[in-house]
Amino acid sequence: MMKSILRLSVQWFIVFSLLASRIAGPAYAQSPSDATFVATLGELRGASFADKDAIVQKLAQSGHPNVRAALTALQEDRLYFRNDDQKVFLVKTAATGDATSFDLIDPLSLKSAGTVSTDNLTKIGTNNHLRRVLQTTMARFGLSSPDPSVRLEAALNIQQELDESDVQLLRERSAVETNFKVKKEIDTGLALAALDSSDQQARLAAISKLRGNIRQDVRNKLEPLTEKSEDGTYIESDENVRLAATAAVKSIDRWRSIYSGVQTLFFGLSLGSVLVLIAIGLAITFGVMGVINMAHGELMMLGAYTTYLVQTVMPNHTEISILVAIPAAFIVAALMGILIERTIIRFLYGRPLETLLATFGVSLILQQLVRSIFTALNRSVITPQWMSGTMQVNDALSITYNRLFIVIFTVIVFAGLLAILKRTRVGLQIRAVSQNRAMAKAMGIRSEWVDAMTFGLGSGIAGVAGVALSQLTNVNPNLGQSYIIDSFMVVVFGGVGNLWGAMVGGMSMGVVNQLLEPYSGAVLAKILVLIALILFIQRRPRGLFPPTGRASDNQ
Amino acid sequence: MKLKWTKLTGLLLAAGMMFSGIAKAQDTIKVGVLHSLSGTMAISETTLKDTILMMIDEQNKKGGLLGKKLEAVVVDPASNWPLFAEKAQELLEKDKVAVVFGCWTSVSRKSVLPVFEKDNGLLFYPVQYEGEESSKNVIYTGAAPNQQAIPAVEYLMNEVGVKRWVLEGTDYVYPRTTNKILEAYLLAKGVKPEDISINYTPFGYSDWQARVAAIKKFGSEGKKTAVVSTINGDANVPFYKELGNQKISAEDIPVVAFSVGEEELSGLDAKPLVGHLAAWNYFESISTPANKAFIAQWHTFIKNPKRTTNDPMEAHYIGFNLWVKAVQKAGTTDTEKVIAALPGLETPNLTGGIAKVLPNHHITKPVYIGEVKADGQFDVVWKTSGTVPGEAWSRFLPSDKDIVADWVTLKCGNYNKSTMKCSGQNFK
Repeated sequence: MMKSILRLSVQWFIVFSLLASRIAGPAYAQSPSDATFVATLGELRGASFADKDAIVQKLAQSGHPNVRAALTALQEDRLYFRNDDQKVFLVKTAATGDATSFDLIDPLSLKSAGTVSTDNLTKIGTNNHLRRVLQTTMARFGLSSPDPSVRLEAALNIQQELDESDVQLLRERSAVETNFKVKKEIDTGLALAALDSSDQQARLAAISKLRGNIRQDVRNKLEPLTEKSEDGTYIESDENVRLAATAAVKSIDRWRSIYSGVQTLFFGLSLGSVLVLIAIGLAITFGVMGVINMAHGELMMLGAYTTYLVQTVMPNHTEISILVAIPAAFIVAALMGILIERTIIRFLYGRPLETLLATFGVSLILQQLVRSIFTALNRSVITPQWMSGTMQVNDALSITYNRLFIVIFTVIVFAGLLAILKRTRVGLQIRAVSQNRAMAKAMGIRSEWVDAMTFGLGSGIAGVAGVALSQLTNVNPNLGQSYIIDSFMVVVFGGVGNLWGAMVGGMSMGVVNQLLEPYSGAVLAKILVLIALILFIQRRPRGLFPPTGRASDNQ
Repeated sequence: MKLKWTKLTGLLLAAGMMFSGIAKAQDTIKVGVLHSLSGTMAISETTLKDTILMMIDEQNKKGGLLGKKLEAVVVDPASNWPLFAEKAQELLEKDKVAVVFGCWTSVSRKSVLPVFEKDNGLLFYPVQYEGEESSKNVIYTGAAPNQQAIPAVEYLMNEVGVKRWVLEGTDYVYPRTTNKILEAYLLAKGVKPEDISINYTPFGYSDWQARVAAIKKFGSEGKKTAVVSTINGDANVPFYKELGNQKISAEDIPVVAFSVGEEELSGLDAKPLVGHLAAWNYFESISTPANKAFIAQWHTFIKNPKRTTNDPMEAHYIGFNLWVKAVQKAGTTDTEKVIAALPGLETPNLTGGIAKVLPNHHITKPVYIGEVKADGQFDVVWKTSGTVPGEAWSRFLPSDKDIVADWVTLKCGNYNKSTMKCSGQNFK
């Protein structure tokens, strides 16, 4: 009897321990906090966005070691639940367009939990508000990260919503932080919190600390200290604090306006460099050869499509494909230019109106050709990583990398073109033919060949401009149309046939446009620039730098 | 040899089809398709032409309509507004089509309106628009402002807590009228005039750096700020690129767009845009059996599994089904009778709910707000509880308060309730 009871209990024991081990998983024992963690994660499943907010807070306060991993996954769209058993999992990589399965990660062990097809998983979605909550929540974890850049971002993020516990955390970190930049942001955060302190000295100290900071949100926090409330009394009772705050706000405003002036100037130069880039090709064909090439814009479009094609051919090398695209676009556009010159334009030299009409026809043909091959839809040209984002000089001045590179690129192309014209044999011949065709011919220069080369060079530059434009605007068959007027304007303004004229003209038009735009709006700014240009041409019909060469002979 | 045979059979087949085409030409119903296939609008409108061809194809597989096959008459108005009127006239007078599906921009619709009214044609217009119009000869299957713009602003105001507004638009009739309505609405809700910034840029604008910097500045003054974008067409891509470059994230300053859908996003890298919003009456990502079937049908028809569907396509789907029902109900394709049969007709939406033709020639539509996801699709974050009936005249404009459109009892698209006068087709 005893024996059988004993046997029974042993059997039951085995069954129980087997069951327990199944539930807990083989690797580790389950603590009670694990169970609540999983249960809280599970609540995310059917929750509304407002509920998710509360659940995230609950998770953050639970102190479970895996909270950070789970919340990061939520932030990065990597938190899913399995449809058949409603269990929450992390996935290794976020969904891409054609993924059919996911590698699961168990939220407790953080180890791989097999692969599951996408149909069986449902994403736990986030919205803007929730992502903001996650950002500030995660900032608390980030402050103790070994990576200084993560700590810096966390220190910035935590400042957006400061509560008691955050201030406590910042104090702790301030004592141990070694990185100068991060320490500075932590102290800014502490100073911001100290502005609400009841101690007058602490407020004064905080203001003097924030004085040198030019961030807009710091200014917004200081401003209320200088304002009157509705009943006419000052919000800040202490006069010294008020005066200090007023001075600090003034100094911030002054610095900000200086930096935003610098930024406007950069905007002007970057718009100007786009104008220069699209105009210098034209300055060669229109200026040097006297050919009004209405298809110039379409040659830029071909350059932009070449960029797209190069990128399609080498999909795994988007970082360098744009560098390959520059020579490719030059060659494609130059060949097309030479083709147009040899088959159409050469029969029309000296007949500007016919040239204009013929090249306009060519532009329509090229547009429709591209439309038939690539359809009218926009083609997406990926901006390489090194060209996207901004260089944040400070809070008031940021310079976007793509614009910066285009300014540099323009300068390089311009210098290269000058070098070709001034230092090479072809350049010498081009200049000779443009100055005096008959004499150049007499000296044994094959003027026909030089014409083709000149047109090819101008067209090639247009193709290169297309590569730059593909980074700024839509790649579609109408790309050229929208820039052709601007480029003619620059060439006429700068003085036909003069590369320096195109440079100075383009840059000054860009800067004037950007200076006017904040006051007049984009539409009016463009009109004003156009009117100013017309008035200028009335006074100086030959532009900034009057032309020399064949074009001037004809006039 | 084998190749030759297949070629020959192909030729024979083609010839046979041509003959049968001629033989059947007598008993087909002609359906006009008036969408730009070239020029700036081709990017958006070509898709709509294909949608109608797909619908016609399917209807013919079901045996046609009233025992006759449907035949598409496709013309290309080439994004040229006066040409729209000419092509509309050609469709109505020369081809004698029973119905026309077409137009995208408001200016093209305004251009064809006199032609449809003179020839008593029937136009289904599939795109969201600025309202302030109701014609006897047009069925507006796209959203009126109260079915898109107003709910989107309500969402931002109530759910997101936005206090400061940038109304950014392209410089033409739709953004200007929509922004006029939105401004009146915001002021009525107690938003201060200095918290509203309105700005217009030209068509195809691409130099956004200064505008985006200005938006960033406007939004950094402490109050929650949102951008309401009526930027149309191509200008959107560089605008969003610039937002991404200047690191304006949707958490800081969300942008809600009325003209950016799946099609527009397919042309750019959506990762920097995650979280920005769009308000539509349809999203491709909404998972219903009808929508799944529609997407599958579209992919088979267009022979490209990567093509997206979008809101105006659904509007054409609804419009086509409504027209088919109206013709079946009237028993004829005579426009007068079909127009009379249309109000009150119902057809299911692709995303659930019923589209019903109202007496003012607009339809009922659900409104969805979606956030952009990294793959260029939208996650619905908010929707109206039911469908919203379209209003031709906005309640929020003082000049339109008393105006109603009713083609069933009043027989008027512009009736003033206080003066009891019908201004007829003479819009202001």
